[in-house]
Parts: sequence; structure tokens; C-alpha cells
Amino acid sequence: MTKQQVLDLYFLDARSKLIDLAAFLDRMERAGGEADFRHPALLQAAAELGRPGAGRAKNVLLVLSDPTTEPIPTAPGKGASGAWPGEELRGS
Amino acid sequence: MRYIEPHAHMVSRVTDDYVDMAAAGCAAVCEPAFWAGFDRSSPQGFYDYFCQISDYEPKRAAKFGLPHFCWLCINPKEAEDVNLAKEVVGLIPQFLDRPNVLGIGEIGLNKNSRNELKVLEMHVDLAARHNQLILVHTPHLEDKLKGTRLTLDVLKADARIKPERVIIDHVEEHTVKMVLDAGHWAGMTLYPESKCSRPRAIDILDVYGTERLWMNSACDWGVSIPLSVPYTALEMRRRGWTEEAIDQVIYWNPAKFMSQCAKFRLA
Repeated sequence: MTKQQVLDLYFLDARSKLIDLAAFLDRMERAGGEADFRHPALLQAAAELGRPGAGRAKNVLLVLSDPTTEPIPTAPGKGASGAWPGEELRGS
Repeated sequence: MRYIEPHAHMVSRVTDDYVDMAAAGCAAVCEPAFWAGFDRSSPQGFYDYFCQISDYEPKRAAKFGLPHFCWLCINPKEAEDVNLAKEVVGLIPQFLDRPNVLGIGEIGLNKNSRNELKVLEMHVDLAARHNQLILVHTPHLEDKLKGTRLTLDVLKADARIKPERVIIDHVEEHTVKMVLDAGHWAGMTLYPESKCSRPRAIDILDVYGTERLWMNSACDWGVSIPLSVPYTALEMRRRGWTEEAIDQVIYWNPAKFMSQCAKFRLA
């Protein structure tokens, strides 16, 4: 595909998602209470969008991933949160 | 258009989904064993489930002209209880000769725990002893990278396992290359909120080519779309893919992998 074709097919969708992300961050600013590890993780991942070169999707996923290599002692539950809480917060 | 749905949990779907899939050109549907959304309380629950996907579900699919195949295992989400897992794994051999059973799956890891790893090794051993194909689930979200690496290590450590007889599912941009580099097949799951979106799955095909890659809906009881594969094919058309290339990805690739089991036959 040419860059023009990619823009024609996906620009409005990407624009919409970018505004949704911005609105989410605004919503977080307005909300009371304390944020958890997911908020800074998302901000760190979003910074990958501004880096030059291909591989942004991969890099966003890597920022949000558990980077450790050893199995954990026991599963703390079944679900996933979407961002790695770090060794201390994982609790196992 | 014709396609194969290589990963769908039809026990969780209504019959109308079979109608829609058949109307959209589905030529076969394949159902890995998975978590029911709650933990089963005994091996007997798994026995009944294995009967359901190897006996009842093929009959339901056949009403709409769809060949139905399945894979058997205890899903990683229930693998923390190693004793239960041992009992369930012990049930599986009696089902392996059933005509629609393709292999062992979807095995793998969920939270990457030591017990999950033990149960994964049990399943890999079972598959090796019975010369079965393997379908691997990789963990969700933040656990996928680590879980994929651990899974690849387990498979590599067992010299009986031929990489080309293993499909590692739910790959994304950060895991697809390591799976293909290890010689395995890779599956992309098309989900509305997690795993791969349609544009991203096509991007991965653009970057890594169409060898040893398939796409699936993995439709189940959660937010998922049974027609994700044909919808993605429509998007491939919009992006200039030829009908032949689309057919290769959504029909011939899953057919090639699953035809390594002699029981896989298309109508």
C-alpha cells in the first residue's frame, strides 16, 4: 500500500483512537483518588508513539509486558491487568 | 470466499453462529479445549466436556454442513491444581482415537506459574508419547511475552517434539518472530479488545509473510466475533490482497497444518 492509501483507509480510525486516548488521560486527571501502576505504564507506552522508525506496536507491547524470565511460585489468580505491576506489587 | 475457523469454542456459542459461519464460507471449525469461565470441580466434569466436543458438537455442526474437529487438554487456567491436572491428563488417551480429535490443546501457560509449567510439560509429554499435534495458548496481555518464551523453552527441551507439528496461538507483534524463528506455526487471534485487531493481523502478515501463519476468531463466551476471519479477509481485499493470497492464509494454511493429522478431512 502507498502512504496515501494507508491514510485513506485508516486515518480517521487512528484519529478517533488518539482522541479517545487523550480523553482517557484527561478523565484520569479529573478523577479523584490515587492511580495504580497501569496509569504510568500507559504513559510510558504512549511515549513509544513519538519514537522514529517502525516497531512502535511491538515496543508498546514490550513496555506493558512482564520482562522477567523465571516462573512465579503460584498463580495469584486467573486474570491479567494489561500492564506489569513490577516484582513488588505482583505479590508472589 | 472459503475459510477454515481453526480456533473456536463453539460450546459457548448459539446455533445461529453456525448458520452465519456456514453462510460466510466456513469449510471446517476446530475447537480446542478451554476454560469454561469457572473451575470444574472434578475430573468427571472434564470427561463430560471431552464427550461434548468429541461427540455432541460435531453433530450440531454437521447440521449446517460443517466438519467439526477438536483438541483435548486441561486448559492453563485450571492448571494450578497439579493433582487435578494429572487426573484429567490421564483421561485424555481414551479419547484420542475419536474421529474428530486432532491433538492436544490448547495447552500452555496463563500466569506463568511453576505449577502451570509442570502441567504444560505433562501435556507435551502426552502429545509426544501419542504422536499428537499440539496447539498452544499463550498468556494474556502483560503475561504473553514471558509465557511465550517459557513455552518455547519447554518445547525445545523435548527432543521428541517436531516444531512444525506445533501451532502457538495468540501471537502479537512482540511474540510472532520468536515463534516463527523456532520453526513453529503461529496463530493470530482476532479480538475486538485484546490480542490482534484486524488491521494489526494484516500488518503482521505484511511484515512476516504468510508462511506458517493462520488467523482465528477464538470465539467463546466472552467478547468475541465468530466471523472475525471472513471480516478480516474483506479488509485484506481493501488493502489490495489478491483472492489467491487471501485463500492461502484463511483456507490453505490451516488446512496444511491440520492435515498433519490424518483425521483432518474437508467435506
